[in-house]
Amino acid sequence: MSMAEPRPLTASSAASDPVGGGRPVYEIARLSKTYARNRLTALTDVNLTLHKGEFVSVVGSSGCGKSTLLKIMSGLMPPTTGRVVLEGRPVTGPRADIGMMFQQATLLPWKTTVENIVLPIEIREGRAAAKAAIPRALELLRLVGLGDFANVYPGELSGGMAQRASICRMLIAQPAVLLLDEPFSALDELTRDFMNMELQRICAEQQATAFLVTHSLAEAVILSDRILVMKPRPGRIVEEIVIDLPRPRTLEMINTPRFGQIVAHIRDLLGKEAFQ
Amino acid sequence: MTATPDPETDTVWVEHEALIDRIPRWAAMLGLAVIVIGIWDLATARMGWVSPIILPSPGETLSDLIFVGTNLLTGGYMLEALWTTTRTVFWAFLIAASIGFGLGVLVGETKFGERAVMPYLVAIDTMPKVAFAPLFIAWLGFDIASKVALAAFIATFPIIVSTAAGLYAASENERMLFKAMGATRWQTLFRLKLPNGLPYIFTGLKIAAVGVMAGAITGEFLGGGKGFGALIRESASMLDTPRVFSLILYLSLLGLALFFAVAWLQRRLVFWNKADRPGGVG
Repeated sequence: MSMAEPRPLTASSAASDPVGGGRPVYEIARLSKTYARNRLTALTDVNLTLHKGEFVSVVGSSGCGKSTLLKIMSGLMPPTTGRVVLEGRPVTGPRADIGMMFQQATLLPWKTTVENIVLPIEIREGRAAAKAAIPRALELLRLVGLGDFANVYPGELSGGMAQRASICRMLIAQPAVLLLDEPFSALDELTRDFMNMELQRICAEQQATAFLVTHSLAEAVILSDRILVMKPRPGRIVEEIVIDLPRPRTLEMINTPRFGQIVAHIRDLLGKEAFQ
Repeated sequence: MTATPDPETDTVWVEHEALIDRIPRWAAMLGLAVIVIGIWDLATARMGWVSPIILPSPGETLSDLIFVGTNLLTGGYMLEALWTTTRTVFWAFLIAASIGFGLGVLVGETKFGERAVMPYLVAIDTMPKVAFAPLFIAWLGFDIASKVALAAFIATFPIIVSTAAGLYAASENERMLFKAMGATRWQTLFRLKLPNGLPYIFTGLKIAAVGVMAGAITGEFLGGGKGFGALIRESASMLDTPRVFSLILYLSLLGLALFFAVAWLQRRLVFWNKADRPGGVG
């Protein structure tokens, strides 16, 4: 299952404009989620299309529904209504072609780094397939600069190294989409900046389609082609912002006026809501 | 090694290591032993404050220790008694570990176990389990089986509780990761929850190792037979206090052996968190 392999375009094209220019990979239309227990409307009328090779972020205050959206997109939770389609097939549960990364690296301490990376293969296809995937895992480890750490246990990795290993674990099954749930928010600021640049490089090399949930506006702006701004009660997308900073992005761009303008604009959007 | 301090550049506030940190552990242990035995000797042999029937002197105890040790090494009747108790402890520990682990998985992994089984286990656990000894003797007789049953009965509960706690211990992140990878329930149990819970399970096994010793000796006190417990009771009833002391000391070696066997297995299996093992010793 190579990512370069052409796939048939799906019938319906969702609301968002194709900015990345690639074919649609993940399509969400008229999505809503209501929690039956407390009749809370977590999401209402969410429309969103991720195109091949595109990096999209979602920002919003706590409780705006962004975590719910990510859980639905990863197949961990069913939607109440709406269309959730990845690569032409409806998402009805966790899938091998969905790569996920969490706030914590969550490496199993009794497995070596490389064994952790082939874990998704081991779970889905068994030990033999996992063993066969080890050369590819080693290649990924070199890609993230952990080539020498394949056979150490995670207890010996730093926080940043552990998250880099979890990037490899996410990429091992060659997923069609990467779902990133505040992946570097537990790291210190310097490591975090560095990891964001690494993530950009890796996504470019892999031509990955990525969807990032974050609290950090600067992180969202520096990484994304588009940013979706969400607001709570009920959770919805209120604005879509196209980030026109040139690629590849650098940390120096944080100091440019354009960057400041975009961040100020988003902060303005969110701030009004937060203090109402 | 050090030059004379320069008042301009050298700091005057030097941290001093506490005395107890500077002496090695073995020396501290030896020192305490010397003090305790010294006071013991003073109170018994030297000053005669305590009657030898109540507390024999260190010298008497040592000579009896040598006597019992010789009997054990030459394959005397005491060795036979120790072997009986060892077998009791071994089987009781094996049974407690199997049943405790099985019930622990049932309680920790299934809603039925958690909601229906656990309340009964808690209720039984609060009972004084030694009170069941006459029942076990009535059911299984005065032979080794009733002692095994009592010891296993006492030791099972900590293993159940720690196994269940170990299965609960997997973090929300780890569960989410396995769910996102599409892991089955069995895969999540065997590849995540059980290995993750091993440190907890071993804590329970260590508590159980202490429990089977207590259970086996109590069983031998109450049900007679050929074990070390029966020897201790006989010696006590003959006011042979030095013998009671030395028998208890040799018995503690059996307990220590079991404890360290478990600790050794833990070090082999739970190699990844040597630093922060819950339950500490070993």
